Amino acid sequence: MSVADPLPHDSARLHVTGAARYVDDIPLPANALHLAFGLSDVAHGVIEALDLSAVRASDGVVEVLAAGDLARPADVSPSAHDEPLLAEGRVHYAGQPVFVVAATSHRAARVAARRAALRVAPLPAILTVDEALAAGSRFEGGPVVWDKGDAEAAIAAADLVVEGTLELGGQEHFYLEGQAALALPGEGGEMHVIASTQHPTEVQHKVAHALGLPQAMVRVECRRMGGGFGGKESQGNALAVAVAVVAQATGRPCKMRYDRDDDFLITGKRHDFRIDYRAGFGRDGRIRGVAFRHLVRCGWSQDLSLPVADRAMLHADNAYRIPAMRIESHRLRTNTQSATAFRGFGGPQGVAGIERVMDHAAHALGLDPIELRRRNYYAEMPAPRPDRTPYGQEVRDFILGGLTEKLLDGADYAARRAEIAAWNAGQRVLRRGIGFAPVKFGISFTLSHLNQAGALVHVYTDGSVHLNHGGTEMGQGLFQKVAQVAAAEFGVPVSAVRITATDTAKVPNTSATAASSGSDLNGMAVQAACAEIRARMAGHLASLHQITPDAVVFAGGAVQAGGARYSFAEAATLAWQGRVSLSATGFYRTPDIAWDRARGEGRPFYYFAHGAALTEVVVDRLTGEYRILRADILHDAGASLNPALDIGQIEGGYVQGVGWLTTEELVWDNAGRLRTHAPSTYKIPAFGDRPAVFNVALHQGANPAATIHRSKAVGEPPLMLGISALMALSDAVAAFGGGRVYPALDAPATPERVLAAVERMRG
Amino acid sequence: MHLAFLLNGERVDFPDAPPTRTTLDWLREDRGLTGTKEGCNEGDCGACTVLVTDPDGSLRPLNACILLLPQLQGRALRTIEGLAAPDGTLHPAQQAMIDHHGAQCGFCTPGITMALAAAHASADPDLDPDTALAGNLCRCTGYAPIARAARAIAHAPIPDWIAADARALADLSPHLALSLAEIPRGSGGSAPGATTPADAPARAFRPRDVDDLAAWHAAHPEATLVAGATDLGLHLTKGLRDLGRLAFISGTPGLCEIASTPEGLRIGAAVTIEDLRAAIAQAAPDFGELVRRIGATQVRAAGTIGGNIANGSPIGDGPPALIALGATLTLRRGAARRTIALEDFFLAYGRQDRAPGEFVEAVTIPPSPGTLHVHKVSKRFDQDISALCGAFMIATEAGRVTHARVAFGGMAGTPKRAPLTEAALIGAPWSEAGVAPALAALAQDYAPISDMRASAAYRLEAARGILLRAVAGDLVPPVLGALQGGAA
Ligand SMILES: Cc1cc2nc3c(=O)[nH]c(=O)nc-3n(C[C@H](O)[C@H](O)[C@H](O)COP(=O)(O)OP(=O)(O)OC[C@H]3O[C@@H](n4cnc5c(N)ncnc54)[C@H](O)[C@@H]3O)c2cc1C
Ligand code: FES
Repeated sequence: MSVADPLPHDSARLHVTGAARYVDDIPLPANALHLAFGLSDVAHGVIEALDLSAVRASDGVVEVLAAGDLARPADVSPSAHDEPLLAEGRVHYAGQPVFVVAATSHRAARVAARRAALRVAPLPAILTVDEALAAGSRFEGGPVVWDKGDAEAAIAAADLVVEGTLELGGQEHFYLEGQAALALPGEGGEMHVIASTQHPTEVQHKVAHALGLPQAMVRVECRRMGGGFGGKESQGNALAVAVAVVAQATGRPCKMRYDRDDDFLITGKRHDFRIDYRAGFGRDGRIRGVAFRHLVRCGWSQDLSLPVADRAMLHADNAYRIPAMRIESHRLRTNTQSATAFRGFGGPQGVAGIERVMDHAAHALGLDPIELRRRNYYAEMPAPRPDRTPYGQEVRDFILGGLTEKLLDGADYAARRAEIAAWNAGQRVLRRGIGFAPVKFGISFTLSHLNQAGALVHVYTDGSVHLNHGGTEMGQGLFQKVAQVAAAEFGVPVSAVRITATDTAKVPNTSATAASSGSDLNGMAVQAACAEIRARMAGHLASLHQITPDAVVFAGGAVQAGGARYSFAEAATLAWQGRVSLSATGFYRTPDIAWDRARGEGRPFYYFAHGAALTEVVVDRLTGEYRILRADILHDAGASLNPALDIGQIEGGYVQGVGWLTTEELVWDNAGRLRTHAPSTYKIPAFGDRPAVFNVALHQGANPAATIHRSKAVGEPPLMLGISALMALSDAVAAFGGGRVYPALDAPATPERVLAAVERMRG
Repeated sequence: MHLAFLLNGERVDFPDAPPTRTTLDWLREDRGLTGTKEGCNEGDCGACTVLVTDPDGSLRPLNACILLLPQLQGRALRTIEGLAAPDGTLHPAQQAMIDHHGAQCGFCTPGITMALAAAHASADPDLDPDTALAGNLCRCTGYAPIARAARAIAHAPIPDWIAADARALADLSPHLALSLAEIPRGSGGSAPGATTPADAPARAFRPRDVDDLAAWHAAHPEATLVAGATDLGLHLTKGLRDLGRLAFISGTPGLCEIASTPEGLRIGAAVTIEDLRAAIAQAAPDFGELVRRIGATQVRAAGTIGGNIANGSPIGDGPPALIALGATLTLRRGAARRTIALEDFFLAYGRQDRAPGEFVEAVTIPPSPGTLHVHKVSKRFDQDISALCGAFMIATEAGRVTHARVAFGGMAGTPKRAPLTEAALIGAPWSEAGVAPALAALAQDYAPISDMRASAAYRLEAARGILLRAVAGDLVPPVLGALQGGAA
């Protein structure tokens, strides 16, 4: 059985030999053009003059287009039709594309793009959440407010009140492969686009619209991405539309890839948040009520900010039963890159908010922070009376109580806490700290209709299987997991299943590969398609052998029917000779979900995925530098489809989460220009930043919800385990103080922020 | 410029190589070898890591994105397409990356696999993967499976076909040398100042030796010297600049030697950072550890100490330590040489004491009067540019400071000495209390700026922290990295 085997990534051999092809690796026809955008370096203003003559005169330039030169307006927004491909009269952020150059080489296009004479009359730019609040610059009129019970009254009646503010920085995706797209014009106006995108269908729609073509004339394909992390859900639209528009205008193939600096400057990042909190606790450590205010910096256009901010609200409870809660969510419009999807999609910010509250309360109450958290956990599965989340969903599958117990035992928590305290007492300059973070993450798109998927499967007469579905591969191993599902269905080895590129011409009207939903949705759709073909084959063999179809067995690469044993290829050939169709589509929609966004109530999630992490750090009070010494993780992937790939998601997600909260700092100057726009200034974790000791294990247990082979989604949830590192730093910093002052460590906790927190301990 | 080198074992001849074309662009655009990836185009992510074998048989991992074609002259270049055996047998690094699930999206993978193969080929059983892989970013895996792969191949034999490049070079290099001698070495190669018809395309020059360079540069004072190109490369890939007339000076005899002289250790300007590290790690462990944190393996294998000084960067890591060590700089123009204190070389931000046609020939480190304490502070520990970097040369007698030379990078527009701090240290007890006046003096010596790397206030505070760490050196593990194994 292929399901549950720890098989390598389907492209592993191609990866290590350099043979795996990404968009920029595809050989180009001889007359292909290369595109680059010319960017605004002003955050907000009116375009007074745009002289492109020097751009046109630059070596190798074939075409230059500004907004006014387009045959029809082109929009690249995934949501509100508020993102013109090229600035129209005004610029809204520093980095916004103003014109596009097509030249005979990538370098020629880049050189030319810098030759424009662009004059912008600056307008006041709104850069910070404070400025946006003051100016009333926001999306959706006013804040979105959800109330459960009377939070203010509950807090007022509590024994202890903690309040404060948590600043959470944004995060650049830094997919190793930058954004890229290629357009190949076909006959009769058809357009074939090959793009590095998590959302081929949306690219198809945006391109069709920009070209004035029916969707049926635009085909979008993606074999793999060199990383996505949400950054290729909507942010690739601009390149795909640009190459298609210029390809249509010139009749020549066009390719565009962003240089890394342009990628930083143009594309959106994770939303930075400011979270104000006030929470009331009983002396027993139980939370009575909490009030949150989320200030969300959305950037200049709407993009996916509304569902991101919603998901932050939906995760403001994380793992805790909270009797009364109020959340105010302000979606603020600023003259900066349009913040977008990033692994967790607002969830991490919501979770970090309540984890800060728990950490702060534990400090104030003098309780062990893990003990305090456990006292507030939701009731464990199977709960006689399930708790409800603040938005009214029953929590029926909560397993963090047992999972935490197991993690702490395995990591020797109690003994290490004592040992660390003793060690710290003997140190003058260093302190070690230990921090914990659980995660309970809701699985499903909150826009319920997106929870659907399609698949297309063919069986050939030699027994080989052609597999296609709407999910995209960005490194997460989706294709292999789904191939394992298909192989299991036919009882053939995975090597018999040929994985093919995601293609809007094969499976239409798909959702983005996002919200961790890839294998849940596409695995089910593929299973349905395979089951359909298998049933037809079984039916035919059953009639040949005068048995019932359910007596036909597909296993071990063979098919047993009555006394006969056929190879899968023989069975396929027999079916073909019997004029049985060996091709089928499959479709799946997630059952049982219903969500009323306006009221903030319902069951947005089909189920919850869980995990917990314990991280140990050491901090130096002289410079604020620190290292991660050890991390222990136990994570719930249900009955894993592929434990090796799932562990990979957990390790990678944790380190990415740690990066977000520690060294990854986005810095804009006072004019709204991003100053950290390359890896020289923006520091994602490097090899030596992984924990020196790194123990990651899967929590064994089937998903009670009827998912594909009872597995659970695993793409996003582990990112939030990185919060344990922020908690560990806070713990180490607190050890420099006498216990009076709470460190209130903001993120990213750079050495500079850590040193400032250490200084506060002394004050 | 005529070039000849080996590409995956096969000889490539370029009668007229464009001297500023990067190896990465050439591989991908001209040769269709797209396994080598562009992740950042500035030497920071390692996705374009290739292996280069030198004529002496040593093998280096280099970033192809800032490796200019002329830097390959007479060498053997191996890309990911040439890492497996000709019969398709995978290199142990490739197999281990598969077995340990070291690739997810796969985009960093060719570079990581090449870096692993380079570390493996060095056949150093103690080779620390943290050092070998510090220059390779991966956004997917969290590095854990790559570390497992690195461990798995530690004792695998070096495949035969990897050593083949060194053998092929030995066979080939007489021919290469011959072909080099035959071809015009760029304008003015033999007749300084001559304007030949080849002047326009052949803008690049390769000196025979340091005297040849001196004569040529005096005749072409406007020319740019290219050493490791780890700095200049970015002017091409990011600045999109035309660098004009060039001389490629890496490997120039007379510029690459490390020698003991009566004045001290004389280090040729074209000595790579990596070779410098090997040379000083024993004598000055703090300096050695600092040099280990300059860029990462690929950058150190190309970058030179001369470039590190000559680029005049206020945040370069070599100068503060060298200034504290009392190093002198030898500058040369034609036949004329002069030697100055290193700190006097840095006049102001972006301005150095270097006349047109003059170049850095060597830096000399005198015998050490005391102990050097160096520490670099950056947002990320490895492969990051300093927010600040401080160096203290301290000698004590009976617990009091008798000699103090202090220099910082990142605290001013140039690498700069701290005269008031030094004065406050001399005669003071070498203790936390004793250096209190020196801590205060730091704020008079330096008025740092705020930028994306750190605020002015943090720079000053951390500068004090570095001094305190120097004092406390014996009491606490001076380098946090050293704690990594210890505490867990
Ligand atoms: C990813 C990355 C990370 C880096 N990290 C660090 C770091 O941590 N610390 C640090 O200090 N630096 C760092 N650098 C900067 C750079 O690598 C070093 O400064 C390096 O030493 C430069 O040497 P080079 O030989 O490559 O110089 P080149 O790029 O070849 O030249 C730099 C400049 O010096 C001039 N020059 C070179 N040699 C001479 C000479 N002999 N005489 C006169 N002029 C000369 C050149 O004309 C040019 O103007 C990093 C660079 C990169 C790309
Ligand atoms: S595997 Fe994706 S960046 Fe390393």
